[in-house]
Amino acid sequence: MSGWLKDKGHLARMAGLFAFGITAFLVFRWVMVPPGFGLYGHYRAGALDDARARPLQYAGRAECEGCHTDIVEARQGSRHARIGCEACHGPLIKHAQAPTEIKPTRPDGRVLCVRCHETNPWKPKGFPQVKVADHSDNGPCTACHKAHAPKIS
Amino acid sequence: MNPDRRAFLQKTGKLLVLSASASVAWEAIVAGRPETAENYKMSDHWWGMVIDIDVCIGCGNCVRACKVENDVPREPLFFRTWVERYQVTPDDLEHPTVDSPNGGYDGFPVQDKVDEKVKHFYVPKLCNHCHQSPCVQVCPVGATFVSPDGVVLVDKTYCLGCRYCVQACPYGCRFIDPRTQTVDKCTLCYHRITKGLTTACCETCPTGARQLGDLKNPKDPIHEFLRDHHVLVLKPQMATGAKVYYNGLDGSVR
Repeated sequence: MSGWLKDKGHLARMAGLFAFGITAFLVFRWVMVPPGFGLYGHYRAGALDDARARPLQYAGRAECEGCHTDIVEARQGSRHARIGCEACHGPLIKHAQAPTEIKPTRPDGRVLCVRCHETNPWKPKGFPQVKVADHSDNGPCTACHKAHAPKIS
Repeated sequence: MNPDRRAFLQKTGKLLVLSASASVAWEAIVAGRPETAENYKMSDHWWGMVIDIDVCIGCGNCVRACKVENDVPREPLFFRTWVERYQVTPDDLEHPTVDSPNGGYDGFPVQDKVDEKVKHFYVPKLCNHCHQSPCVQVCPVGATFVSPDGVVLVDKTYCLGCRYCVQACPYGCRFIDPRTQTVDKCTLCYHRITKGLTTACCETCPTGARQLGDLKNPKDPIHEFLRDHHVLVLKPQMATGAKVYYNGLDGSVR
């Protein structure tokens, strides 16, 4: 051999080995590490989009109030005014997307009202509670109380 | 020094520096642009929640809504949020009686006999979205993390199901989803809050006991609430940086 590589064959082999090692590492890394990993931290940035992609089930109160203005009016000033619609009516995004095709079922007052208003020592003292068995002769709650404005006037 | 060797070293050095910068540049190309979501900038938000124990009535709406919204397994023992009920003798704070039948999913049974000396209250629980989270610190593969807007999330495609995080969480907020064998937990309804909606549990809470708050938004009512109430996080001695603030938290709550 002549020139600068004279008697340097061992260095050339070493350099070749290094070059191969580094290339193999970069290729391995490129294959194994998913896109976006490390963009915000030690995790895959796409996981944020995955979490964001879940479909909605609850439409949200604003969505309901856009159409049901009569109910907004009926609830005004009532003690139930601040309760979200879907707290009682259930998840209704499908109804919000197709208002005429999908109709929500009317909630059962004997289950729903009782769940919140049955007397129970765990409930905060100021919360309106009744012993349902003594209170109503087993009639429907809605015979006396309107669900959207429960005070009997 | 032999000039040949110097030249060789210079060439090799240049090659190494260039390939390193090329790999950095390549990484930036592969990663793409950050902040891809429309109308939502992660750096503008820092999510937390306030829970007002003084108004929680234990109706279980939050538990049911959470299971529907997030497709949580309906069997008992799998909860992203649940409600505990406490019975405490006021002079023995260290030994409360705590139970949570089906996490509060079916509401709570009524008790006819009541000991007037005993203190009764409900405590709703969920992931505390700690920003110094022990669960994130123990994950060996980077599958769980605190997002730039302060929500602790799980990358289900990355999770091995090793259960380290389940043990690390001081609040018991994680479980292994039996369908995927990966870990599952409260995402603070990330799919809702990034669209301007509140979480399913806050949406359905009839008394306003749970309120989502954006700690970076100066107009959010959470600031007013935190100023006007004596709030506490769960297990403050663990220094987890929890962001679920409880009002009216009793000393017996663990």
